[in-house]
Parts: sequence; structure tokens; C-alpha cells
Amino acid sequence: MSIRTSVVWDYAPAPESADHVRLRDRYGLFIDGDFRDPVAGTYEPTINPATEEPIAEVAYAGPDDVSAAVEAAYAAQPKWGALPGLERGKYLYRIARLIQERARELAVVETIDGGKPLRESRDVDIPLAASHFFHYAGWADKLRYGVNAREVAPLGVVGQIVPWNFPLLMAAWKLAPALACGNVAILKPAETTPLTALLLAEICQEAELPPGVVSILTGNGDTGSALVRSNKIKKIAFTGSTAVGREIQAALAGTDVRLTLELGGKSANIVFEDAALDQAVEGIVNGIFFNQGHVCCAGSRLLIQESVRDEVIAKLWQRMRRLRVGDPLDKNTDVGAINSAEQLSRIEALVVAGEEEGATRQSIECELPERGYWFAPTLFTDVSPAHRIAVEEIFGPVVSVLTFRTQAEAIEKANNSRYGLAAGIWTDKGAKAFEVASALQAGVVWQNTYNHFDPTAAFGGYKESGFGREGGPAGLRPYLEVVR
Amino acid sequence: MTRLTVRKTYKLWIGGAFVRSESGRYDETDGFNFPRASRKDVRDAVAAARKAAGPWSARTAYNRGQILYRAAEALESRASVMGVPREEVDAAVDVLLHYAGWTDKLHAVLGGVNPVAAPFLSFSLPEPTGVVGIIAPDAPLLLGLVAELAPVLAAGNVAVAILSETAPLPGLDLAEALGVSDVPGGVVNLLSGRRDELAKALGAHRDLNAIVDAAGDPGLSAELDRLAAETIKRVRHGSAAMTYEDATDDALERLEAVTELKTAWHPVGA
Repeated sequence: MSIRTSVVWDYAPAPESADHVRLRDRYGLFIDGDFRDPVAGTYEPTINPATEEPIAEVAYAGPDDVSAAVEAAYAAQPKWGALPGLERGKYLYRIARLIQERARELAVVETIDGGKPLRESRDVDIPLAASHFFHYAGWADKLRYGVNAREVAPLGVVGQIVPWNFPLLMAAWKLAPALACGNVAILKPAETTPLTALLLAEICQEAELPPGVVSILTGNGDTGSALVRSNKIKKIAFTGSTAVGREIQAALAGTDVRLTLELGGKSANIVFEDAALDQAVEGIVNGIFFNQGHVCCAGSRLLIQESVRDEVIAKLWQRMRRLRVGDPLDKNTDVGAINSAEQLSRIEALVVAGEEEGATRQSIECELPERGYWFAPTLFTDVSPAHRIAVEEIFGPVVSVLTFRTQAEAIEKANNSRYGLAAGIWTDKGAKAFEVASALQAGVVWQNTYNHFDPTAAFGGYKESGFGREGGPAGLRPYLEVVR
Repeated sequence: MTRLTVRKTYKLWIGGAFVRSESGRYDETDGFNFPRASRKDVRDAVAAARKAAGPWSARTAYNRGQILYRAAEALESRASVMGVPREEVDAAVDVLLHYAGWTDKLHAVLGGVNPVAAPFLSFSLPEPTGVVGIIAPDAPLLLGLVAELAPVLAAGNVAVAILSETAPLPGLDLAEALGVSDVPGGVVNLLSGRRDELAKALGAHRDLNAIVDAAGDPGLSAELDRLAAETIKRVRHGSAAMTYEDATDDALERLEAVTELKTAWHPVGA
């Protein structure tokens, strides 16, 4: 009689079908309601980071294209801004509905263009993008109530630059409030993830959005730089790294162009000894391995109370070893591909620095596909607060563990960062959770959960994580001028 | 025999103490000497402000409101010695009073419960940005300063203010009025000296969170913007408030400029 000594949990492949995806071979720039070739004629392929195969060619906007988009937007704004709020809202409701209708297609494209697991693009990115348009559609005819009964007016043409970690969702966060407030917008998607924004341009056409109200300028950092420096732009909204945010803030010095910045983070996820530890471990995993850790608010600094350190790390490691890394289109995949070769090398460089500075590295053993950009989920222990992996944003599936003895020490360590985007608190004591939450310098604090987002809830950073808020009525304010 | 007057020595106000500039430098105006603060004084003031920031913001809104009201009382009682027209003092007192009343209203106006589509109690609350640098205008000397200072304090922040370079005495007199009120040491720090030197040192300070610039100098404004970018400071430029209305009609914008919104998520059930 044979005795089973272990169970191997093997999963059959469960790939999502890509049959319903309608992608063109080549996408121009979306200006004045139509796709057009870039003036300089530059097209570059966008790559699937899980296979390194090109998916489609995408135009790179140069200075002339940026000017053309700004002129078209400038011409379209007065009419759009003068529409009754109810009518503007109807367009946004249409867009929300069309996102829902094309949700499965958008999810697949988001996954092949960016590398994130389909489970996340399907269950998080796309539904939240639709709900942001729904939420702000309803604000369009109620703006006064969202800004404490002040008399307000749109700003005009706004420039919006979004990152590659949540491409369509960030586009929705930016466009929905801007348009609801009567502005027209020029969106610059990230270089490595332009496709869902281009599908959104098609959706704008299908929704019969007036030409010029939304422009989509694909390209690289030069495109963004030209957009920031354009005449007639009244506001820039940027989500991305603190380094680029700093450049933009400096570039706008001495001008009256408004600015909101949603930048980097090194968010503390604090586990107290009285937490439900199994639940906390799930939250730690969600906090740092969600979207391969390509999350500005990722819980990348794990602060564990000393008395439960060994237990939490043992449970975490057990859980990490069961993470399924691989084909992002597989519905069972937990951790997908790293977004680009460039990002992979940044992660690798910081991990090497972590080892060199004396921290202990554990990466899970898993079969990684031969092609594509991959990084195995990694845990660092014996980390000192001065180590680079405890200070700098890694933006990858790497968690650094620090410990603390008292609540005061936890707060001090959590706040000991130039960033202040988010934080997590794991404890079963409600009074303690509220006390710690109020002491943390972070724009979002999650208690016994992590990485939850909602269009009604403000999101944004303290300190060098940026300024301004997105979501809820606070998200209207950066897109409106108070009139007196 | 004629009586010899006792002349007043003006001092900086840092960390609740009246001090000379550590540099030993001074300037003279209207027959009075006043300190010419140094960059080191700016650093000391920011350090004192940082130390005071936590306790000040941790006070109840009611208590902060009472302290600002007490500051208004102190200023009213010294109206005749402030060195500016009586009407200006009246307006400054009223501005302090107006913002004293904001401390426990701001949460209701800017914050609220977020009806998220998941089983969580999610709410967003305004919190102070932290240590705020103020560049005061050259006119009106008292009202122009109080109009910038009051909203910063009402929102729970602490301040380091660079006074008018040409006429700092009303600002230094305000320090004495606040010094005998209940404003805790370090919550307000007032420095006289060369604006360009001090404002740049303040704007470049890495432990400063925000700048409120009412000096009305475009060159300095642009320089402050550039310095602010280094550590992503929040910056508000405004023109000097000439009247009570100027200082309060845009009260919410003034308060928003030095306020952060914190969103907290607490699970319901499970």
C-alpha cells in the first residue's frame, strides 16, 4: 500500500482567450477626434513583456503633434465647458458603459501590453476604470456641491501624464474628473503601455465625444516634456516617479500652470502582535505582490512587532512559495511579468544592493518562462532602516522586513521616510488602529486590509509622494477655478 | 530734569524665545535696532517649528480655536502699540477671530465618509501639512502677515515667517503680543532680516512642507517654486490682503493650501 506523503498542487493551464481582441497593426495619434500619423512619422512597436513579442506599432508624438493637439483642444474647450453639466455627464456615462461592454477585451489588452495577471486587470483595473467614469459623470451637474457651494469654472486645457502600472485605470482617474469639470484633456500614456488608452480613444469616438475634448498622445518622455511646456495648458496632472515629478514641478516654476503630483512611495505595512496573523499574511502578500509590486502605494516596508516576527515570516514564506508566477493571461497566475526590461534591471540593481549591504535575501523557487521579463517574489530580512532597500522605491515584487518593539517605535519608523503615500495597520484592537492611523503621515491608511481603491475615496500623498487628491469630491478641486 | 526713555530692543521669536540673531548682525529702522537673521536662524526656527508641530496638531480643534481667540484678545489689547493704523489692527484681530472659528469646522467642510463599494468604513479627513514657511508682504505690515499666518495655524500647521525686510517692527511687535497669549512656543516663529537671503534658505529647507508666499515679487516666487520642487513642497502664491475681506473671502482656498487629506479604511464585519 502506498502512502501519500505530500500533495502536489498542480494546475492545468487556464489561459484567457484573446479571440475577441480587435487590435490594429498600427495606431496613430488621437487628435481632434481622429487618429492621425505623427508629423515626424515615428512609430515604435509596443512589446508584450511576457513574450518580448511586438503587439502593435504606436506613434510617437513630437513637439508639432503636441502643438496640434493643444490647438484642437483649445478650440474645443469653450463649447464643452459651456455644455450643461447633465449633458457632459451623459458622455461620461456612455464612456463608462462602453468600458463595461468591452471589459473583457480591455482586460486582455491591458495584460498583454503590461504584463499584469489577467485576474487583476479583469477584476480590478477595468471595473474600477468604469466606476471612476460613472462616479464623475454624476458630478458633472453637481460641481457646486462638490466644492462647498463655491462658484467654479473649468480651467481650460489640461495635460495628463500617466504611468504604466495601471494604464487604463490611471487614464480614467485623470480624464473623468477633468472632463466632468468642463475641461478638455490631453492624455499622455506611458511609453510601454499605450494600447488601452488607444482603445479608450476608440471608445470616445463610439461615445460621439466632441472632437478635441480628449486627445491621446502616445510617445516617450520627450512627448511628456513637450506637453508640460506647452502654451495654453492650464494644468498638469502627473502620476509617476518622484524624480520626474520634481522635474515637472521645477519646469513649471514661475508659471501659473496648476499642478498635481501623485508620486512614489515606500509605504509601511505594520503588523502588531495582536493581529490576526493569517489574515495579515494575506494582506502582506496583497500589499507587495499585487501587480508584481508595480504599485506606488505597495506595502514595501513590512514592519513586524518583534514578538511575532519569526511566526509572521514563517507564514509569509510558506504563502509566498505558493504564489504562481508566469503567463499573465493564465487565470490562475498570481504574479505576472515585469513591465519592461528597464524596470527589471532597476529591480535587480536594488536587490543586489540589498545583498551587498548585508540584508538576507530569499526568493521563491519557481520556473520562470524563458522569454519575457520576470522576477521571483523576494523577501529581505535583516534589513536596517538605512539600507537602500528600506529607503528607495523598488517598484517590484520585493518586500523588506524591519521590526519594532513598541507602538511608538512603529510610528516613528513608518514615518521615517521622505515618502508618505500609504500605510497598512494589522491589529485586532480598534482603538489602537485609529490611534496609529492618525499618527501616520500617509495619504491612505488601510486597517486590516491593503490596496483597496474606490472612486468615492480620495487618494494621494503626503511629503514627497506628491500633492493633490484624486477620487471623491476632493478630486474635483484640482480641475476647477474658484470664481469671485 | 528730563527723563531718559528706555529704548526697546527688538528680537527674533524662535521656539517661543525672544532671541538675537546667532550671527550677531542687526539693522536699524525708525531709531530702533532689529536683528538681521541668518540662514542658521532659519534652520533653528524650522527645527523649533518641527518640534512644536506634532503637539500643536494633536491638540483638540476646540483648544486650538481657543488659543487663536486668545491671540485675537492679546492683539486687540495692544492695538495702540502695534505701529500701524488702528483700522488695520482691527482687521487683523477680526481675521484671527475668523480663523479661530475654522479649527473645528474644517473637518466637516473638507472631510467626510466615502460610500465605497465594499464592506469598509472609509473616511477622508483634513490634516495639517506640517511646517509652513511664510513670506510676508511689505504692506500692510500687520494685516498682511496675520492674513497668511491665521489660516496656516487654524489648519493645524506651525509657521516660520520671514517679515517685511523694510519694516519688520509691526511683525516683531506681533511676536510680543502672541508671546503673552497662549500660543505654544515654536508654533509661530518670526524672523526679520534680508528677505532674499532668508526666503531662499527657508524655501530650500528639506524639513519644510509648504510655502505661502505673499511678498508679491515674481522673481522670488519663481525661485521659491524651483526650491520647492526639490522636496515636492506645496506652494501658494498670493497677493497681500489689504482688507479683512481679502483675507477671508478665500478662506477655504487658504486652508486647503496647507491641508492634506488622509483617507482611512476600516473593515466592517469579518
